[in-house]
Amino acid sequence: MWNVFRAELTKLRRPSLSVSTLLAVTFVTSLITSVLFLLVDSPEGNGERGVRIGRDVLSLPTGISLSFTNTAGLLGVVALCVFAAQTAQEYTYGTLRNLLVRQPSRMKILLGKLGAMKLFAIVMVTFSAIVGIALSYLFAGVKDISTQAWSTSDAKTAVWHSFINVLIATIGYGIFGMILGLLFRSPISAISIGVIWNLIFEGLLSAFVKNIDRYFPGQLLSTVATGGTDRISYQYALFTSYAFLLVGLAIVAFLFKKRDVAN
Amino acid sequence: MSSPLALDVADLSKKYGDRMALSHANFEVPMGSICGFVGPNGSGKTTTIRMLLGLITPTTGGGHVLGESITEPEKYLPRVGAMIEGPAFYPALSGFQNLNVLARIGGFKTESIAGLLDLVGLGDRGDSKYKTYSLGMKQRLGIAAALLPNPKLLVLDEPTNGLDPAGIHEIRTLLRKLADSGTTVFVSSHLLSEIEVISDHLVMLRLGKVIFSGKTSDLLAKQQPVIVAKPENTSDLTKLVQIATAAGHEAVVIENTVHVTGTSDFSAKLNKAAFEAGITLESLTPVKASLEETFFEMTGE
Repeated sequence: MWNVFRAELTKLRRPSLSVSTLLAVTFVTSLITSVLFLLVDSPEGNGERGVRIGRDVLSLPTGISLSFTNTAGLLGVVALCVFAAQTAQEYTYGTLRNLLVRQPSRMKILLGKLGAMKLFAIVMVTFSAIVGIALSYLFAGVKDISTQAWSTSDAKTAVWHSFINVLIATIGYGIFGMILGLLFRSPISAISIGVIWNLIFEGLLSAFVKNIDRYFPGQLLSTVATGGTDRISYQYALFTSYAFLLVGLAIVAFLFKKRDVAN
Repeated sequence: MSSPLALDVADLSKKYGDRMALSHANFEVPMGSICGFVGPNGSGKTTTIRMLLGLITPTTGGGHVLGESITEPEKYLPRVGAMIEGPAFYPALSGFQNLNVLARIGGFKTESIAGLLDLVGLGDRGDSKYKTYSLGMKQRLGIAAALLPNPKLLVLDEPTNGLDPAGIHEIRTLLRKLADSGTTVFVSSHLLSEIEVISDHLVMLRLGKVIFSGKTSDLLAKQQPVIVAKPENTSDLTKLVQIATAAGHEAVVIENTVHVTGTSDFSAKLNKAAFEAGITLESLTPVKASLEETFFEMTGE
């Protein structure tokens, strides 16, 4: 498994993937942070679905990590795409047969790949946190928002909690991508179905059907990233979303182990 | 005492739906030999190779690779190098990086990569991205990848595809060298002339069934040799056929020559009989059946 992990890192480190992913992370983090701070006085709101997050909230110790927390959903989409593509492309390139000849244990292949992609997600989330916090200071200065509370120990705790929650959510989205990659064996199919499911299907139904977001893994992972909401507790969101993912992963792992590699 | 076997399969079958891709195959490949694996498209060659490498599960039957059951590929694959159905690598990685990925997964020394790239003639292109490689270069990289584990058994599916004549010659020399050093080479190819030159053992498939398994020389010896006689005067063609037929041999006219079934022993007798009948022969050539002719005859293609 360790050998597969190291080999997978060689693939993940290639500039065309790593640089473009970090650019995408920079873009989504900058977008969310700039909307959050620069539109703080806008009557249309500056948060998700038109929610207004005022100067008083941004000045709290949690304000330092708020933009980064709000980026979780889009970071999740990036992770979903990377995990799905890295898994499914083994089929489309025909490289899976090479991997299996060199490492016949299919579970070791799967776990090694998952481990390497988790490390990739850690780098992504860390990078997003750094960009988000740096831009938060910059835009707070521009909009004259107090940052006094951002240097307290409460703020450090908030940053740490946000980091862990966003990481758990991002990895969850990534696992969802990996499940789709193994199921559809095509990066385009896996990514398009994953994005449509998360952003359109879950998003639309959750907006119109009351409480249905309690049963959608994508919505629950968003809840995990924010540390829980009034309606859905953090523990429920974490347990239920990962229960969905682990069942899904177990099913595709079984298929991966048993399925003939005939392409 | 029989020589140890690198490969043996018994009653090996694979069924996809109603279609039998491989039907009750039985064959053996001696250790240290170069074994050609031939058959028309769709005859079950790649299916067999995939089963031997643990990529697909047999419907019935089994076999052994390097003495281990094919149900436990983890026991023998570290000693097996393989290129299946052509080369397949990551386009955005260089040749070196692609080999590095496979070396890491297999737990092989990465120090050997540069030497392998040199061996297959890619020493100066190892840092180029795979997607910039020509078909021949991709094929060479596939062979280098197969050699990563310093294999005891090398399984190559159409290794000379896309190679120029010089490249084909290099690969032929390399395979011979590997076999001489004790590596068993199991090679499928549609270039039967190549297989005839390099293989000392042969497994022939048709419609998912093994129609021959054994020494290449034994197969070729089964075929009737032909003597091709060309009279100086074409009006003597019929007369020459009559002479050969009268001596108990089959003879047919093909273009301006007479093809007589028989060993080279009959050449002298035919020459003498033709001379006595006043026929001057321009040429008289005993021709051994080639693998290609034998193959077409056996497969009915």
